[in-house]
Amino acid sequence: MNRYRITKHPILEIPEKNIVAFTWNGEKLTGCDGEMISSALFANGIHIFGHHHKDNSPQGMFCANGQCSQCLVIADGLAVKSCMTPLRDGTVVQSVEGLPKLPEDDSIPQINEVPVKDVEVLIIGGGPAGLTAAIELGKLGVTTLIVDDKDRLGGKLVLQTHKFFGSVEDSYAGIRGFEIAKILEEEVCKLDSVEVWLNTVAVAVFSDKIIGVVRNNQYRKIKSQKLLVATGAREKMLSFPGNTLPGVYGAGAFQTLVNRDLVKSSNRVLVVGGGNVGLIAGYHAIQAGIEVVALVEALPQVGGYKVHADKLKRLGVPIFTRHTVTDANGSDQVESVTIARLDKHWKVMPGTHKTFEVDTLLVAVGLAEVNEFYLKAKQWGMDVFCAGDSQEIAEASAAMFTGKIKGFQIAQTLGIDVGPMPKEWDEKATILKSKAGREDRKKPPLKEDGVFPVFHCYQEVPCNPCTSVCPIGAIRTENDEITGLPYMVDLESCTGCASCIAVCPGLCVSLVDYREDPEHPLVTLPYEIWREHVNIGQKVPVTDIDGAVLGYYPVEKVSTRKKYPGTLLVKVKVDKAVAKSVVGIWVQERQVEPSTIYEKEIPPDDAVVCRCERITAGEIKAAIQQGVRDMNQLKALTRAGMGACGSKICRPMIWRIFKEEGIPLTTVTDSVDRPLFVEVPIGVLAGVK
Amino acid sequence: MTADVIIAGAGSVGVPTAMALGEIGVKTLVIDMNSSPGQGENKHAIGGVRATHSDPGKILTCRRSLEIFSTWQDQQGDNIEWLKGGYAFPVYRKSDEKMLKVLLPIQKNHGLNIDFVRPEKMKEIIPGINTKGLRGGTFAPDDGSISPLLSVNAFYRKALNYGVQFRFKEKINKILCKNGKVCGVETDQSRYKAPVVIDAAGPFSPHLGKSVQVDLPVIPESHEGAITEPVQPFFQCMVVDIRPAPGSKNYYFYQNKHGQVVFCITPDPPILGTDKRETSRFLPQVCARMVNLLPRLKNLRVRRTWRGLYPMTPDGSPLVGWNRDVQGLLHATGMCGQGLMLAPGIAEVIARMITGKTIASDEIILSEFSPYRKFKKEEALK
Ligand SMILES: Cc1cc2nc3c(=O)[nH]c(=O)nc-3n(C[C@H](O)[C@H](O)[C@H](O)COP(=O)(O)OP(=O)(O)OC[C@H]3O[C@@H](n4cnc5c(N)ncnc54)[C@H](O)[C@@H]3O)c2cc1C
Ligand code: FES
Repeated sequence: MNRYRITKHPILEIPEKNIVAFTWNGEKLTGCDGEMISSALFANGIHIFGHHHKDNSPQGMFCANGQCSQCLVIADGLAVKSCMTPLRDGTVVQSVEGLPKLPEDDSIPQINEVPVKDVEVLIIGGGPAGLTAAIELGKLGVTTLIVDDKDRLGGKLVLQTHKFFGSVEDSYAGIRGFEIAKILEEEVCKLDSVEVWLNTVAVAVFSDKIIGVVRNNQYRKIKSQKLLVATGAREKMLSFPGNTLPGVYGAGAFQTLVNRDLVKSSNRVLVVGGGNVGLIAGYHAIQAGIEVVALVEALPQVGGYKVHADKLKRLGVPIFTRHTVTDANGSDQVESVTIARLDKHWKVMPGTHKTFEVDTLLVAVGLAEVNEFYLKAKQWGMDVFCAGDSQEIAEASAAMFTGKIKGFQIAQTLGIDVGPMPKEWDEKATILKSKAGREDRKKPPLKEDGVFPVFHCYQEVPCNPCTSVCPIGAIRTENDEITGLPYMVDLESCTGCASCIAVCPGLCVSLVDYREDPEHPLVTLPYEIWREHVNIGQKVPVTDIDGAVLGYYPVEKVSTRKKYPGTLLVKVKVDKAVAKSVVGIWVQERQVEPSTIYEKEIPPDDAVVCRCERITAGEIKAAIQQGVRDMNQLKALTRAGMGACGSKICRPMIWRIFKEEGIPLTTVTDSVDRPLFVEVPIGVLAGVK
Repeated sequence: MTADVIIAGAGSVGVPTAMALGEIGVKTLVIDMNSSPGQGENKHAIGGVRATHSDPGKILTCRRSLEIFSTWQDQQGDNIEWLKGGYAFPVYRKSDEKMLKVLLPIQKNHGLNIDFVRPEKMKEIIPGINTKGLRGGTFAPDDGSISPLLSVNAFYRKALNYGVQFRFKEKINKILCKNGKVCGVETDQSRYKAPVVIDAAGPFSPHLGKSVQVDLPVIPESHEGAITEPVQPFFQCMVVDIRPAPGSKNYYFYQNKHGQVVFCITPDPPILGTDKRETSRFLPQVCARMVNLLPRLKNLRVRRTWRGLYPMTPDGSPLVGWNRDVQGLLHATGMCGQGLMLAPGIAEVIARMITGKTIASDEIILSEFSPYRKFKKEEALK
């Protein structure tokens, strides 16, 4: 087995896989059959996939999502995205050093006419939004084709090992993301009129209303009456010196490596960005046995759900608000990351730098809609719809619901008699999309006898599965709203079944039981990390909601509920004084101390903005200062945006630079988007057999 | 605002013309509806520049353009990605061989460095070329390619240095005339005065001409182009395959300084009009032809595609000259698919026309490009 595989995981099963042999720059290695080449390389500890032809900078993994082309390798002679190309027995893999050489394959190919496929509805993207839309349409017998570039359905759900928010009836609350993916997939498979093309990349929308897709190296044209774009989101990037070193990547990329491919990509990470994505990625890291030294957030408060932040704090991850990453350091890959405090004006405060020795920096500074297909199709006057993150960035629970709505609306526009859409659907979608609301730190009940749950759930978020699972229906939310804070209607009625603890996605319910020993009540805590750390009799550090250790207390019992096997219910015997405060079990006992010695002062202008073409912030600023106000001209002059990713990564950063330079964005002309959105070989387009 | 000359259009023609006028101290104002130079058709050009033509005026003009392009970096410092890769016309049909060979003496007469080479030589120039039926072809080693984007911006900077003024995001609605004489232009934002207006509006010239009742034989035609990922350079020349195929005439491609292959095709019948929206037809059509000529291209990935316009004239040659009815209106348009390569040469001719100091060779060019010529013969090498 490779060294850098995840061989145990508190939530995920480790499947058996066929081991195959491959070579990397001539060296014999092994990997799993069919896994992406990038993951096979990571499993062997290889993080540098080549060096850029312009400045010889090391190249590696970045998006793990087929979007960025940073992970190019040569596989059997051809330059390919390693994150999208499966490993086979005997694959010869080489690093890309400078420009790749085009293979001298001079055989004259046979050419086929490119086939055209007609469907009523084409759905691009088989994530939660695309799947729920397909289910809605399939139930009505509409011929629907889902294309997805991955080898399985589910989109980002596949990467999510945590339990979902929302409600039980509308969005599978309490169930883990990857499990929801399976449920939706099963439903889709049952529908005769829905066809699924996996490993199929949509590459362009043309003005003759044709969508070009590449399926297993074959180019196909698709003509559809209606198009639904459910392509999800891509991660935004920050510009700071060292931002393109292998080891700096998006939190989503990290989740792909760790949760989907079960590769131990890192030993120690620092997370930048306190939204849900960053918070969850930190949690996933710890579940994968990867240390999280800190989470850094520029705002005075983390932007993600409080319960996610609290989870992380309880595991022992320090959260630095009002801080930013100033640089990632290392010669060929990340060796350390420096952070610093920000002042009121968002400027780095001198003398506040801290450097952490880590091998990975996870960037989770927001998502951007993958909406280029939608915008183009709209421009071409097609009947196009958009759902999920590609419509508006929100949680997967919202995506499932908007997908369903769009599916219904598409059916309506097809003239199918479905009646009017249920009134409450739009309302529900809005609620599921809502950001975290008001915070209210409620006092626990005064009662000190019997058994009852304590809800450490202090922030309004759209989530209420606890109300659905309580067998006696005694849990309600304020005003019975899904965003209301939960409470127990009648504390006396609690049977101590612990269902509410098992289901809670926020892991923020505890059960206090005074019945046996009122001075030393038993408290049941949810716990999703290492089982061997909570042996019966062992004293474990228990924490309050903010992660402060309240003491070491013995474990009395460990159990699980059948429906929620990943959540251990750990019963600890504590002192009465802390009983209602304890929520979690501390995991990362050792804190990594940063060094505060900071010598080099790299100008931030060194940061690479266009990673494909290696264009720095300084070069872009210079052009702007010389008067460039047209992104097309900027592109012409600097090549920023001309790279393989088609400016997907750099464009938002370039806009930010315009803003930082004080240029009103209304005076700036955006660059023109053109097909293709993904590179396609000439032979494939030609219809080579 | 008043100027000596107003140029309508900051494209392939307008910008070098502004530079040439600025250099000799003519107070010049350039107006363009786009946001920056070259955003009309210039940026759609794939970048080929050649003197290998069949008509003397074009040969003369392009030879001067080539001189300007090829020496630009040495003389002006900025890199416009000039690549002296030559132009190759590989030949598979007897009739094509005959046609090209007939042209050779005329071309050589005008000082062109060009020869018909044997298949072995063609193989050297284009490694991997399909040799089945290959009869050789012409090769002109002094032709080459440049970056349209970088060159128009280089000319723009130079023009700015000479004091030329540019107005972007401003659309000229009409040319203003008094007593049959040009007196300026009216835009969607303002009016500008000048005794001379140069029409360098490319495919939009007919539209502009209408405002002074001038009917120009410029018909825009859609052409699509594309660019690939970069790979190690393995050929340098522009390869032009002049054989027709169902749905298309010739197509051509080259590998630029970055290692990217850039290509486009001439659809048959032509797609008339100003529709610049990319269609699903182009890529399979051109790619199928390319992999047959140079099979190893099959593994090269296409990065982006676009559609632009050729401002076509009935005989494939541009329209350059004073309007006979509207005094002060100078046409510099109808560049067809060759505006990039013709423009710097034409710009200098225009500068001499404005100052009344044309030279002998200008007269050859101006009679060939006269807007009032009889459009009879079609050029052999369009
Ligand atoms: C796919 C393709 C490949 C090509 N390849 C080559 C090649 O390899 N070599 C080559 O030499 N040529 C090539 N060309 C041709 C070349 O691009 C054109 O011939 C050339 O750009 C025409 O120059 P122009 O200045 O006349 O027009 P343009 O460059 O289009 O400039 C005209 C300008 O006028 C502006 N304008 C028009 N009307 C108005 C108005 N009313 N008010 C204000 N502004 C206005 C426009 O916005 C535009 O900026 C190619 C063209 C295409 C489409
Ligand atoms: S980052 Fe890919 S084009 Fe700029």
